[in-house]
Amino acid sequence: MRQASIAHILLVVAALAIVPLLTASNVVLNFLIVALMIALVGQGWNVLGGYGGQYSFGHAAFFGTGAYVTAILQTRYGVNAWAAFALGIAGGALVGGAIGALAFRSGLRGSYFALVTLAFAEVLRIVASVVPITGAGVGILITLDLRAQAFQFQSRAPFFWIILALVAVSLVIVRLIEQSRFGAWLLAVRENEDAAKALGVDAARVKLAAMTISAAITAAAGGFYAQYFLFVDSGIAYGPWISIEALLAPIVGGIGTVLGPLIGALAVRTLGEITKLAIGDAPGLDLVVYGSMLVLVVAFAPQGIASLLAELRARLTRWRASAPERTNA
Amino acid sequence: MPEPLLRVERVSKRFGGLLAVDDASFAVAAGGITALIGPNGAGKTTLFSIISGFLAPSRGRIFHRGADITRMPPYLLARRGIVRTFQTVQPFAGLSVHENIAVGAHLSRRSRAEALDRAAQVASTVGLGDLLDRPAASLTAAGRKRLELARALATGPELLLLDEVLAGLNPPELTTMVPTIRALAERGVTIVMIEHVMQAVMSLAGQVFVLVEGRVVAAGAPASVVGDPRVIEAYLGHGAAARLAAAGGPNV
Amino acid sequence: MLSPVILIPAVLNGLLTGAVYALVALGLTLIYGVLHIINFAHGALLTAALFAAFFAHQLLGLDPYLAAVALTPLFFALGYALQRFVIGPAAHGEDRNILLVTLGIAVVIENALLYAFRADTRTLNLAYAFEVLDLGVALVAVPRALAFLSVLVVALLLWLVLSFTDTGKAIRAVAKEKLGAELSGIDVAHIYAVTFGLGTACLAVAACLLIPTYYVNPHVGNAFVLIAFTIVVLGGMGSVVGALVGGLLIGVVESLCGLYLGESLGQIGIFAIFILVLLLRPSGLFGERA
Repeated sequence: MRQASIAHILLVVAALAIVPLLTASNVVLNFLIVALMIALVGQGWNVLGGYGGQYSFGHAAFFGTGAYVTAILQTRYGVNAWAAFALGIAGGALVGGAIGALAFRSGLRGSYFALVTLAFAEVLRIVASVVPITGAGVGILITLDLRAQAFQFQSRAPFFWIILALVAVSLVIVRLIEQSRFGAWLLAVRENEDAAKALGVDAARVKLAAMTISAAITAAAGGFYAQYFLFVDSGIAYGPWISIEALLAPIVGGIGTVLGPLIGALAVRTLGEITKLAIGDAPGLDLVVYGSMLVLVVAFAPQGIASLLAELRARLTRWRASAPERTNA
Repeated sequence: MPEPLLRVERVSKRFGGLLAVDDASFAVAAGGITALIGPNGAGKTTLFSIISGFLAPSRGRIFHRGADITRMPPYLLARRGIVRTFQTVQPFAGLSVHENIAVGAHLSRRSRAEALDRAAQVASTVGLGDLLDRPAASLTAAGRKRLELARALATGPELLLLDEVLAGLNPPELTTMVPTIRALAERGVTIVMIEHVMQAVMSLAGQVFVLVEGRVVAAGAPASVVGDPRVIEAYLGHGAAARLAAAGGPNV
Repeated sequence: MLSPVILIPAVLNGLLTGAVYALVALGLTLIYGVLHIINFAHGALLTAALFAAFFAHQLLGLDPYLAAVALTPLFFALGYALQRFVIGPAAHGEDRNILLVTLGIAVVIENALLYAFRADTRTLNLAYAFEVLDLGVALVAVPRALAFLSVLVVALLLWLVLSFTDTGKAIRAVAKEKLGAELSGIDVAHIYAVTFGLGTACLAVAACLLIPTYYVNPHVGNAFVLIAFTIVVLGGMGSVVGALVGGLLIGVVESLCGLYLGESLGQIGIFAIFILVLLLRPSGLFGERA
């Protein structure tokens, strides 16, 4: 599969970066901010699921930890927002490492792995809904403090650029992984773990590292969510909705590719918005669309939009290459 | 006597009620090709799995240059230079031939560029040089066998465990594969091969061990082992040795 | 706190609830045992069945026990169609894809119900719902006692079908050795679909047994599905006995946990068991080594 180069990545990021300069519409900016946030979550999932081949159904565990740590440290311990954000990422990575260590040491793969990640996310959700430190059923409100030091901004543009920067970093991370020995080992483990081991790959370590990186990226999205929406509760942080969005974006966009999650997040969110405009907004509608997309993509385009685009590009190249014959004919 | 490269000492493996390997012992000196033969179900692949760390023995130990490697995991053994191929070939289906072999090369090379370089070199030594960019899943059965071999070779092994790498190849494919294996041994790689293709065993192996029902029943140079009555009985059934002797000796 | 007066009813109620859990788990384990897939849509299908039973009463005046007669074949057909025309074809035979497809179906069903019926919790008010049986040591609600007995009947019926009918034998053949079954002329796609249909039919029965004493909302299935998974993993994937024993066990555990820890944390008890079993003994009590 043709891989995205650094040049492609820069192009895409640059194109997106000028959007706030072209429009002041809050609707558009809000849409893109959320879509980019989902792209970040999806990129996190992609490292473990796309490149590592381990499908997690509980990525909410990392998103929610990032969100809660960021919120709790600020509101209850007066920690600076940016520091709290960084610690949120660390917290998510820790949770990822813990779950990964347990799951992989037990040799869990495939459906069993998906199940255990689902279970962990649910446990976290239930715990978060009852313990006082997370605000139990009520949740946590981050006090409004519109200063850059508090990681809050009057207008949406700064938020947009921050999430775009985070997404850009995640794109670069994945690209670096692709070109590294770690990446080669990760793909080998995905394709055939036993064969990989026979060639000197420490599969458990590789999977654990992938999970930790994956969790950290997803936690960053969670921390960002907390700062953007200023409210976190157990259903938002650890709910199934984010676990589903986490895997939907990369699968629709192109699993195991650098730009897949970004493409997928934009596609999925766009479809969701179109549906709401056409049929009217109501709880559950967007997830019906998402669920259907999941089934349809798996059934008809399992490699996602990215591969459809690559196929298109290949056909175009072949068509162009046959041009001399055509003009002579 | 110098410590052999590989020593298998009284290894047994029990699966529930089944004794797959029964008190097997043998040693392999550095350099040269050793063949492990025996009827189907004799426990040869089980033994390979034990040596290469995929299975733990119920009893017994394995030594590499005198060091006890009995329960070492496969990846550590690979880093010590002991690499195996699989009887049912296991390509990294979603990757290209080049990327497949590079995974092996990465064992000794950190940089992607170097690993890909080495992979390309190894690919040409086994005849896959033209197929580097093909998806591994598109290779023929013979191609996949070569890929198994190339991947293992790319790690730069000291001891190569080949599990039926010649199985299923037709005569022309055999005539190219056999010299490839011989060339490997000439370059210093110690090879232990499980094989059913007798002509290859006879022409390649310096020594042969025969495994029957989990036990080593014969050992020695190929010609002598093949003439051993117990070996004949194992393959052709009870009383076969006597019948053949009566009919004027086995034809080899 | 440990007095028998409190414990015995808790255990008894746990057993009664557990029986219905067992029925839900039975469907799941049957599907796993034959198709070797973990049906992530199981909970959503149960929710759908609960809604169906609810509306059967509200709109058609059908008593749940009667509704079961109509809903069971209906849901069998639904399950058959899902496997035959959606899951089977969409997955292209890849395990990873099956995971995603069943997840997708679960999301669609659950949220379609949410969209159509909102998140309100509904209950049926049936005359006999509050009648109790006095067993001396405890009082048990009549519907729950009936549910217990019905589950035993269904389990027996299922066993009879699997043991003595041609289809049942075909199912067992496919579960044991798919290729051999195929070569013997068995239509594997059809058998897969029948099995899935049977699993879904179990859900229809379970729903009708639950509805007199339970509530309905679009998220109900979630609670059940994780309990069902716990049972199936505990009892052993593919083991019918495991599903039954596991169901009863989990029912009791839940009851006792709920007693001492309260509703929410009680659920955590179940998850803790689930995670521990997955980590320590994924093959469960009665299952084959994974």
